[in-house]
Amino acid sequence: MQIRPILAALRRHRLATVLIALEIALACAVLCNACFLISGRLRAMHVQSGVDEASLAIIKLTGFEETQSVDLNARVQSGLAGIAGVQSATLVNTAPFGEKVGTAGVTTGREPGHTHATVDYYLGGPGAFQAMGLHVVAGRAPQPDEYRAFSGFVPDEASVLVTRALATHLWPGLDPLGKELWCDRLHFRVVGVLDHLVRPNPTVFAQGTAEWSVFAPGLSSPRLAGTYLLKADPTQLPRVMRDARAAIGKIAPDVVLDEEFSRTLVELRDRRFRQDRAMAGMLIGVILALLLVTALGIVGLASFWVQQRRKQIGIRRAVGATRRDILGYFQTENFLIVSGGIVIGMVLAFALNLVLMKFYELPRLPLYYLPFGAVSLWLLGQLAVLGPAMRAAAVPPVVATRSV
Amino acid sequence: MFGYYLDLAWRSLRRNSVLTALMVLAIAVGIGASMTTLTVMHLLSGDPVPTRSGTLFYPQVDPDTSLRERKDPSDVMDYHSAVDLWRSRRADRQTLVTSGEIKLRAVDAHKPPLMIEMLATTADFFPMFDVPFQYGGSWQPGDDEQRTRVAVISAQLNDKLFGGANSVGRTLRLRDNDVRIVGVLKPWRPSPQFYQVAGGRFSNGNTGAFYSKPEDVMVPFFTGMEVGDGSFGVFNCWRVPDDLAHLQDAPCAWVSMWVQLDSPAKAIRYAQFLADYAAQQKGLGRYTHADDTRLPSLMQWLDYNQVVPSDVRLQAWLAFAFLAVCLFNTVGLLLAKFLRRSGEIGVRRALGASRRAVFAQCLVEAGMIGLLGGAGGWLLTLLGLWLVRRQPAAYADLVHLDPAMFLTTFTMAIMASLLAGVLPAYRASRVAPGLQLKTL
Repeated sequence: MQIRPILAALRRHRLATVLIALEIALACAVLCNACFLISGRLRAMHVQSGVDEASLAIIKLTGFEETQSVDLNARVQSGLAGIAGVQSATLVNTAPFGEKVGTAGVTTGREPGHTHATVDYYLGGPGAFQAMGLHVVAGRAPQPDEYRAFSGFVPDEASVLVTRALATHLWPGLDPLGKELWCDRLHFRVVGVLDHLVRPNPTVFAQGTAEWSVFAPGLSSPRLAGTYLLKADPTQLPRVMRDARAAIGKIAPDVVLDEEFSRTLVELRDRRFRQDRAMAGMLIGVILALLLVTALGIVGLASFWVQQRRKQIGIRRAVGATRRDILGYFQTENFLIVSGGIVIGMVLAFALNLVLMKFYELPRLPLYYLPFGAVSLWLLGQLAVLGPAMRAAAVPPVVATRSV
Repeated sequence: MFGYYLDLAWRSLRRNSVLTALMVLAIAVGIGASMTTLTVMHLLSGDPVPTRSGTLFYPQVDPDTSLRERKDPSDVMDYHSAVDLWRSRRADRQTLVTSGEIKLRAVDAHKPPLMIEMLATTADFFPMFDVPFQYGGSWQPGDDEQRTRVAVISAQLNDKLFGGANSVGRTLRLRDNDVRIVGVLKPWRPSPQFYQVAGGRFSNGNTGAFYSKPEDVMVPFFTGMEVGDGSFGVFNCWRVPDDLAHLQDAPCAWVSMWVQLDSPAKAIRYAQFLADYAAQQKGLGRYTHADDTRLPSLMQWLDYNQVVPSDVRLQAWLAFAFLAVCLFNTVGLLLAKFLRRSGEIGVRRALGASRRAVFAQCLVEAGMIGLLGGAGGWLLTLLGLWLVRRQPAAYADLVHLDPAMFLTTFTMAIMASLLAGVLPAYRASRVAPGLQLKTL
């Protein structure tokens, strides 16, 4: 296919060509960045919790007085454990994707001053650690005698487990086992490392800190009361939750069941990320609308050009050009215009990404989004121009002999 | 002449109905997307108390005694600082604000107990923030310090418990305390819930919660301390408190204060008073950071907290990029459309129409496409806002198209299409009459 005559023809339609190229460029920039944003949301939504989500659920009670708490825990735990299908009913303060309850700064040394990390504390009563299905990669789980009563917001002198992500941040290159942590005057010793344990609300923290969690063992107390972790077979869990809600009404008629946070972990995860899902859906909508509008623009302009050149096409056909030649002409023309747009679009995509990086603390756009955007737009262009080009190819040679 | 151009434009639009439909569709989709996000931005970034916001200020001191380095003072105050400042009464009006969950029973409505948000505040809250009453009114200023057991409730709670009837004089049970209802609010939905805004800089852009509904029960501040002791939300602690249930002496920030200052001179004097208070507290050894007191106005405070969620701002950016693509598209199509009629334009020019007349006629046609696109855009905006209302966001119920935004939709559609029409119309007006006549 000869490119030179096509370029010469395009020069006669400079304005329209530039417009289409700019439209493609802008579409390319938005497309690349929107895809990048979607992938970020999807990655956030698929964060590993570190616990056995499918078989866990939370029951959260409120509206009881501190003095009732230990008694309430005993009654509720035994009541819940009696429900058919419940494998364990243990005390926790929260669970991944549940309510955010204990966020505090920790330091690796006694001396006050700089906070080394802002972490989320998970507290668990006896059995909770095993029920959560946490995976210990170094050290050990809490021993039975390490579950102790406490009065502060976290047990003092506790043997805690930290996530690998937090350990790497606090003691880079060192063995975290046996290391000490302080939260003001509260003192902890690290006895184990977990591969994963995500914060209750991972998205409100800066990137890379979603797993800065600490697990501490504790016993029933005013600070560890009212929230229970139920474990059951995943297929039984919905029925167990229904029974548990009904049981609470009988065991503790005076307390209030927190409907928002009394759910299975699968539901809690779903709720935690519904805003992100809505945003991803919106971005997909924008991309589709963008591609549609761009394609319609190409169809409109190409149709115009075909109509304008009917006579020339007829002449070409009369002097021996095949239908395939005509089809190829319009496809090549579109390919050239789209390629021009893509070149500008790549620059624009990076410019747009820089703006987003500045205002939304997004990472840099990875390079592989650019060829992806380019290929999509080339395909889109070829598809959009196909209709008008086929109409052009169908122009009979006899048109050359008519006056339009 | 304009009527004639309209007629011509209408005929021309009907002649190439496919091309016209493409352009109208492009404008409609672009306008629909951008107006949906613009309307949400407009609703979320507006002034929540337009009648008063110029006189409302948010004092900030730094009671945090830790050595932690920081460049801004605390977003809320500790109990003692807030109560000291409130009792000094140096502003035209001043109010304390803190809230927490509490168990509520309606004594004579036979319903199960429920957990509600209770706001502990002072009598000035209602006149300061222009809070509208349906029945009864605020408690008296003396009730704050006298710890009178009274409450004001929201219209929503009144509907839920008393079926919307006048419930003034009836009793609510908060934990184990009886309080008498003295006032019922009209439906009141500030956007954002400005008096509770704090900590925006720690939220990583997830600020949707600033648009929550106001609390259902409001009680005098010190009454609240008694009935809801231990159930108030803590903003931040700089040491681990000994007693988490009684926050009055805790090293924690959990009370906000708002002041009304009716003139700029008063605002300057109050800022000085605030600085003096902090210096005095440092002298007493209670503060360690005294040199950074602030007094932002309401709108400055909202701005500092970046109340509009980053997702919403991102959507607006994207929508406008999308509108730009739609406009490029329309420019290209208009160009095709006008130049296709070169012959017709040539005849008109040869018959004596000026370039200006051709230009004007083309713009009228572009404007008409804008009007049609605006109508489509309006429908798509309604659809878009309906989708936003179905989103799980705290502000979902606030989203609607007000008359101003309705007019903006059409204005923007016509402006956009005229803008898109300028270049093609200019090109059309340059068509040489003689040349076109020859080829006809």
